[in-house]
Amino acid sequence: MSREITLSKAVNEAIAEEMRRDPTIFLIGEDVAEAGTPFKVLSGLVEEFGPERIIDTPISEPGFMGLAVGAAMTGSRPIVDLMFGDFLFLVMDQLCNQAAKTHYMSGGKLNVPLVLRTNLGATRRSAAQHSQSLHALVAHIPGLKVALPSSAYEAKGLLKTAIRDDNPVVIFEDKLMYNDKAPVPEEEYLIPFGKAAVRREGRDITLVATSSMVQVALATADLLDRDGISAEVIDPRTIVPLDEETIIASVRKTSRAIVIDEGHQNFGITGEIASRISEKAFYHLDAPVMRMGAMHVPVPFSPALEDLTVPTPEAVAENARLSVRGELFHAA
Amino acid sequence: MAPKKKTNTEDYLRMYRQMVRIRAFEDNANQLYLSAKMPGLTHMYSGQEAVAVGICEALEDSDKITSTHRGHGHCVAKGAEFRQMFCELLGKAEGYCRGKGGSMHIADQSHGNLGANAIVGGSMGIATGAALSAKRLGTKDVAVCFFGDGATAQGLWYEVMNMAALWKLPVIYACENNGYSEYTKTDEIAAGSLTARAEAFGIEAHSVDGQDVLAVNELAQKLVARARKGEGPFFIELQTYRYHGHHVGDINRDYYRSRDEEAEWKTARDPITNFGKWLEAEGIMTADELVAINDEIKADAKAAVEYALDAAYPPSGEVDMHVFAGVDHALSYV
Repeated sequence: MSREITLSKAVNEAIAEEMRRDPTIFLIGEDVAEAGTPFKVLSGLVEEFGPERIIDTPISEPGFMGLAVGAAMTGSRPIVDLMFGDFLFLVMDQLCNQAAKTHYMSGGKLNVPLVLRTNLGATRRSAAQHSQSLHALVAHIPGLKVALPSSAYEAKGLLKTAIRDDNPVVIFEDKLMYNDKAPVPEEEYLIPFGKAAVRREGRDITLVATSSMVQVALATADLLDRDGISAEVIDPRTIVPLDEETIIASVRKTSRAIVIDEGHQNFGITGEIASRISEKAFYHLDAPVMRMGAMHVPVPFSPALEDLTVPTPEAVAENARLSVRGELFHAA
Repeated sequence: MAPKKKTNTEDYLRMYRQMVRIRAFEDNANQLYLSAKMPGLTHMYSGQEAVAVGICEALEDSDKITSTHRGHGHCVAKGAEFRQMFCELLGKAEGYCRGKGGSMHIADQSHGNLGANAIVGGSMGIATGAALSAKRLGTKDVAVCFFGDGATAQGLWYEVMNMAALWKLPVIYACENNGYSEYTKTDEIAAGSLTARAEAFGIEAHSVDGQDVLAVNELAQKLVARARKGEGPFFIELQTYRYHGHHVGDINRDYYRSRDEEAEWKTARDPITNFGKWLEAEGIMTADELVAINDEIKADAKAAVEYALDAAYPPSGEVDMHVFAGVDHALSYV
């Protein structure tokens, strides 16, 4: 049985189902209880599980992140709610120096089974400190898994998998998609990490797109369809681990690829995936692999400027046409 | 020395032995560094033995501690063995962390040691989280967070003390005040008093002579019992002294502290010498018996060093193991 629910509801269900299953899980963060977060994602959880398990904290991100690491090392399975992805910079020591490295530094003796839920996504007119997509920062650190759900279906299935994982997992929800609905089964399901989804099959070009950019890639495919160009859309769903096999198989078939991600383009996810394609499918390529990430500027407030910084279906389609026509040339 | 009845002979002897074991461990670790047999560097705990031993002797095996870059003393005091410790310091496969952590990350989860930490103050959240876990899961475990006076300058401490006090967590913040924040006198960088900082959160704060193992242990026993009953958190400032520099390579330190000061602490306030004298004065041990203990422990340490020097390094295939739990080799996973 399938029904349509919002991404917000999907997250809420995933947490509630897992908390009913496992009493060692608790959720901790700012305004997570009665307030249910600014996005109302967690509404109703404190009524069911009580303040002992849905824990409101002071505005002390490094502090509650550190508490979660220690709790995870000693038999609990914390879910940390970080209100905005931009606040990752506040918790970097606890996340990257402590959580990510504890299993390794202890020779495999200590585990840190925690989930850090946060968000990404610009064009909400929230300016440079509430709009960033910082998943590349954490994907860079060995020991952290990184999930990027692209719909309500993925949000629920990936979050449940994350909660059951024995490692620190950072899951980024697109804050502009909280009210977007998608079919989600009534029955329990999990989405394994490291398994990409082929969201649309095609012959001429592969669009590898993450999170918010999956919608952009699907809209691009519609535009290209009118020009007789058949685009395949791949959603990796997790970038650590990355399902290289599905991506490479697609590019070997289409011979062309554009990688689209809402993080900054420079030194980002798009570069990493494009590089792996170039290394492993080089002799199958008919055009350079393109990267399309967010513009390398802080996210501006003015709508007139902010909209320029994120890839759009029109911009992706234009690059795809150039790629397919053989009109992409090196700058030199 | 704090007055004490002569009814706890076994406890006294264990405390004495544990302090001597820490000193012997550190003397050997220092020699390994000076003779270039140990990779990297290390931070000596010598001089602070009464702190780790006085507190850890008040803990159960399942109680948790978090340790610091100057962490060998805590590790020994919480029950670790010389062999696995020296193997870890030398990066050998039989080390507590299979050689992946080394001196600054040594952990021994089988005795509740959640690990040393190379970020000053980095484990304050971890210890507080262990206490949150204990409270939520009803384990009755207590967590002790060891840190130095230098770490009191980290903002994280104030965030987690606030939450520990709000939620009455069973955590004891044990500040080993050895007077120096790395190469700087702490008096020059700390405003006000340290106990007042904890008291500002409504946390009961104590100050104790960290060179007097009985005084430390007596206080720790009381506070651990109260924390177990839900009366925590607590703060203890332990006045102590580090005999070596910030790390083993910090040899010439006249520019930040005097040799007279060092000599004064070593001769008049050594925790092992003074406790040994007390044991003799109370008729619990003779001078010969103490010498025999010291000799036996020195021989143990020497044998463990020799074992570790000959022990095997981890095979190269382990380099990408233990990155993720449940994943054998990370490179074929990511």
